[in-house]
Amino acid sequence: MTDNNLQDLESRSLYIIREAYSRINPIGMLWSIGKDSTAMLWLVKKAFFGQVPFPLILLDTGEEMDEVYAFRDWLQKEWDLPVINHICPTLEEMDQTLPPNTRAAMRKTEGLKTLLAEHKYKGVICGIRRDEQGLRAKERVFSPRSLDGAWDFKDQPAEFWDQYKTEVPDDCHMRIHPILHWTELDIWRYTKQENIPLCDLYFAKDGMRYRSLGEKSITKPVPSDADTLDKIITELETTNTSERAGRTMDKETEDSFEKLRSQGYM
Amino acid sequence: MTKTQNKKHQKSHMGIVIVGHVDHGKSSLIGRLLYDTGSLPAGKKEELEAICEKRGQNFEWSFLLDAFQAERDQAITIDTTQIFFSTTARNYVIIDAPGHREFLKNMISGAAQADAGILVVDATEGVREQTRRHAYMLHLLGLQQIAVVINKMDKVNYDAKVFEAVKAETIEYLKSIGLNTSYIVPISAREGDMLSSRGDNMPWYEGKSLCDVFDAFAYKSAPTDLPLRFPVQDVYRFDEERVLVGRIETGTLHKGDTIFFSPTNEKATITAIKNWPSDESLMKASAGQSIGITLDDRIFVERGHVGSSVKNPPMLSNIFKANIFWLSNKPLKVGNSYTIRYGTIESKVTVQSIDTLIDTQDLKTDNNAQSVERNCVAEITLRARDSLPIDPHSTNPQLGRVVLYEGYDVAGGGLISMEGYPDQRSSAKPKSENIYKVTHSVTPNMRAERFGHYGAVFWFTGLSGSGKSTLAVAVEKQIFENNLNAYVLDGDNVRYGLNSDLGFSPEDRAENIRRIGEVAALQANSGVVVLSAFISPYQADREKARAALPNAFHEIYIKADLATCEGRDPKGLYKKARGGDIKQFTGIDSPYEAPDNPDLIVDTQLNDIETCVAQIVDYIKANVIMDKKQNASDGRIVSIK
Repeated sequence: MTDNNLQDLESRSLYIIREAYSRINPIGMLWSIGKDSTAMLWLVKKAFFGQVPFPLILLDTGEEMDEVYAFRDWLQKEWDLPVINHICPTLEEMDQTLPPNTRAAMRKTEGLKTLLAEHKYKGVICGIRRDEQGLRAKERVFSPRSLDGAWDFKDQPAEFWDQYKTEVPDDCHMRIHPILHWTELDIWRYTKQENIPLCDLYFAKDGMRYRSLGEKSITKPVPSDADTLDKIITELETTNTSERAGRTMDKETEDSFEKLRSQGYM
Repeated sequence: MTKTQNKKHQKSHMGIVIVGHVDHGKSSLIGRLLYDTGSLPAGKKEELEAICEKRGQNFEWSFLLDAFQAERDQAITIDTTQIFFSTTARNYVIIDAPGHREFLKNMISGAAQADAGILVVDATEGVREQTRRHAYMLHLLGLQQIAVVINKMDKVNYDAKVFEAVKAETIEYLKSIGLNTSYIVPISAREGDMLSSRGDNMPWYEGKSLCDVFDAFAYKSAPTDLPLRFPVQDVYRFDEERVLVGRIETGTLHKGDTIFFSPTNEKATITAIKNWPSDESLMKASAGQSIGITLDDRIFVERGHVGSSVKNPPMLSNIFKANIFWLSNKPLKVGNSYTIRYGTIESKVTVQSIDTLIDTQDLKTDNNAQSVERNCVAEITLRARDSLPIDPHSTNPQLGRVVLYEGYDVAGGGLISMEGYPDQRSSAKPKSENIYKVTHSVTPNMRAERFGHYGAVFWFTGLSGSGKSTLAVAVEKQIFENNLNAYVLDGDNVRYGLNSDLGFSPEDRAENIRRIGEVAALQANSGVVVLSAFISPYQADREKARAALPNAFHEIYIKADLATCEGRDPKGLYKKARGGDIKQFTGIDSPYEAPDNPDLIVDTQLNDIETCVAQIVDYIKANVIMDKKQNASDGRIVSIK
């Protein structure tokens, strides 16, 4: 018997993914290879009965962990995935006034801009969740951006009754967030129920595991003995530590994440 | 009291929206609730206290949610925030709806997702402008479960009399708009009274605490017991298999069921309910599920068509009423065109009338309004170009609500009412019940493949002398030469034969057009491109003609004003009418209703005949030549672009 809650979440996500594919063209999906975007990739396969009808894009800074690259190469082959590895601009090209770790994260933002310029995507599917971070809680499912990625959070479109703003002017693109309504725990329970493959780094080794996968320089493991999906789920059911506790950029200044987001970060 | 394991398999997070007047303490209430229920990450409160100290501010619970710099500066919540928390009984997602008047659209975005609503009223201020407006919106959004909290009881010394007075005032307004509330709770968000714990300050209050009220709410249940509505979202093609995908909005469908599609009136049998990884044993799917189905027959189906049972389809209409709220800066006006969407259906509509403008403050109504300003509420009549599958909100809460778009943007929303409008499908039923339609074994697609084009009706309407017959004959010749099977139905030739028993009274004119509409539809069904050239002065009659062939009827307005037509007077009829020799002549002593939403306007006053003919020929070709519809019916190939 499948979990009713997961079935509801899944149905809603399938609806959003199919809506995006129906209404927006050309479209691509950001696949960071982490647990969220990999669960989302599974949902895409469900929506299109095993197919992946648009490219999966890794915004590559060359700074991901080795295990992440290895997992990508393996799954790309295993599932015959249409992957685009998009190289981000260098650290030296970033705004030097930003704190160092935020600057590193900014490379992805700039990478997304060059990606959009190159491939002319009108829509980018993105695996963020509302419960991750206060700012992401403010997001819409279909969230319009200006071409340079800027997000006008003060004047977001109304969004209700599952009718979305699906058209954007020429100088804009749309971010689509099919798993916005999922929680971290939902993702893990779904990963277990559907037996979705996952990068090993999430499982504890020598008393440490990664709860969230970012780049080498800005992501740290957290103490944990959870070396199976069941143990991870149990751990999350009782923890009070935030998911992004291992991400250093969010904490540098109280406003750094906000600054990143308003300039186009995921 | 953190997330507990016994909630693992429960349905989902219950959505709670919190609304109320600005500064009545919505965000503070939420901040406090999170803290009291142990739902905050470790160190979060301390982090915020440190920030407040750094800024030289007193700590406020509302800062928890106000993650934006801008919000901290303005001390109001700008946008809907979703916050997850748990009581011992279940999980919740709180939607913090802002109270500022400017941000109604965000409040609606939040409230539309909720299972239940909490209306916050300040004990020191009582019911205010946005208290009324938000309560009315909750009502209009169809929210059934509402609780009221009277906040800031600490500021009135926890006085039971103040509570009773504000309570009475609130109930009075809610009753006037038809909202019932089971719970009215006195609280202090600042001090934490009557939220998670009851506190010691209000021993006189015997009702439920706020958390107990939450736990008493019921989930919005998926409407599985309503008639089936399956709006097609997309059509995918995999090799030889065509899969219709979409979400079941209401009801249930089974493998083997006959499914009936509106507005095409096509039906087929469901051969499989598809999913991935493939599960052959899937026999049934219900409201809320996103699914794919395959059919036994290759009928024409595309996005926006609505699947139902044969016995219980939606109504078909091109006109309906809606009780709307308006969000755009540009006022809604009579005659304006908008795009509506509901389910996966999309259509252009024109505002035919603004029937009642409603003031949410005092509920006064205005029946002579010409426009609906931002943040206002009104009952309006909308007219669509096409016949649409329609369910009133009273019988189908999922599909009986529309969102209005102005250009790229959502401009408003509202609930559909069909009060006073007949179902155009039922009104088109034959009088005698002993008539059975012949089931053709030759389908429209087969005919189209033979002829290279589909049959259709191109209905020319316009004043006498506007050029209908001249253009129809010229167009017929040209498209016939292009290998289209074309035929002109002209007013004069039909009057001598089929309709020789009819005169020119409004009733006879209506019957005249009804018969011609049916004849045109029969011809079109046999694969002919029919060009009909009749004055057809009444909009209602032309709509009946359209209803005879809803998907292949094209109204072409041949436009020229009365003076021009009278100047041309090719048959000398205007002269006779002016002289009183002809009675009830259209334009002189009988009205002509120009089309509101013609499919094509051909201006014979501005353009010469050649230009007009070319315009019509291009339009006809674009609409009947085989390729276009064939592809839509076959679905899209899911592939890498």
